Amino acid sequence: MPLARLIPCLDVAHGRVVKGVNFVGLRDVGDPVELAKFYSDGGADELVFLDITATPEDSATMTSVVADVADVLEIPFTVGGGVRSVEDAIRIIESGADRVSLNSAALADPSLISAIARRYGSQAVVVAIDAGDGVVHTHGGRVVTSTKTIPWAIEAASRGAGEILLTSISVIASGGAGSAAHVADALRITDAALIASIVHENPAGLPGLRREIQDLGIQLRPMKELI
Amino acid sequence: MSDVVVVDYGAGNTRSVRAALTHLGVSSVVSSDPTKISESELVILPGVGSARSAMDHLESTGAAQALRNRFEKGAPILGICLGMQLALEHSDEDGGVDGIGLLSGSVHLLTEGRVPRLGWAMVEPWGDAFYFAHSYAATCPDSVATSEGVTVAVERGAFLGVQFHPEKSGSAGLAFLERCLSPV
Repeated sequence: MPLARLIPCLDVAHGRVVKGVNFVGLRDVGDPVELAKFYSDGGADELVFLDITATPEDSATMTSVVADVADVLEIPFTVGGGVRSVEDAIRIIESGADRVSLNSAALADPSLISAIARRYGSQAVVVAIDAGDGVVHTHGGRVVTSTKTIPWAIEAASRGAGEILLTSISVIASGGAGSAAHVADALRITDAALIASIVHENPAGLPGLRREIQDLGIQLRPMKELI
Repeated sequence: MSDVVVVDYGAGNTRSVRAALTHLGVSSVVSSDPTKISESELVILPGVGSARSAMDHLESTGAAQALRNRFEKGAPILGICLGMQLALEHSDEDGGVDGIGLLSGSVHLLTEGRVPRLGWAMVEPWGDAFYFAHSYAATCPDSVATSEGVTVAVERGAFLGVQFHPEKSGSAGLAFLERCLSPV
């Protein structure tokens, strides 16, 4: 079993990193490239960029963000939001992202999962599931579908998703992963934890968070000084 | 030194490998030109795409033969992920594909643990954690490092192959690449 991973999630709107609760009330926290480098240096094992606006006119902006990030980052990163077709996935991956994350587009057309997995391998496809009360939610939690969470996760995996990114809508509503103990609890039952407000409110606190989580018995990768 | 040649398979992205080299102050070119491959001081065979399309491209461009000649001469080649796997004789991927055949051994689908094997894992005896993303793994008599029982580095003559992605392995990966570049 590979080591547990801590994955800061950066919400991107119009090429800038923003932070919001349930995607409403955005607060600008900066430049994607600078933040990516900062979190990478602080001990992020991986990063996720979520394009939360993802309008057609934003896709070119996001592509250039991906390329700029790929040029400075020496850890893997995933891009989600706005990946609605194989062409979108090609654009993102060939710009330097390691994986794309599919959400409502995969729900609308599950064959998208297998099409991308065939082209780039399962490790390049993440299916993100926003779950609450046993069913899948979409559009940042605003739309409740009738699709049951567990069967959908199993179908996504069988179609070639290399990983499932599960977000609990109810946990987000009550504040999300708010402390090292909560993150450690998540890492006892999963491979990786996506972290947002816990690091965005104190970006310099990532090395400390890693230490706290390790003190709680979770094995993370050993960090050395950057050369 | 001359530019490092990052071998082009005709698919996928080589951006991260080149970015890591740039970070280390080393310039690189992406090419499948046999002349460039034979003349460069270091050639990197990166890990992108699928085994069959990669081999088709390497054979049709003459890059595969240039790599064999280079290996015979003892000129350094670094294989990363799929690039390591392609250096062996055979892979089970894509219904079975013959590799470049620099080293004995073959490549099989992982059967234990979660597949794809994704994330950071310790590599022994090196004592560092590196980033992995693979569903297939090598069986090779020239194994020099393992991770959780999986062969993750092979070395014979001037060929060094690693299953992990040094270009995605943070400071440990950069330090590894720097060691690979140091004799050049």
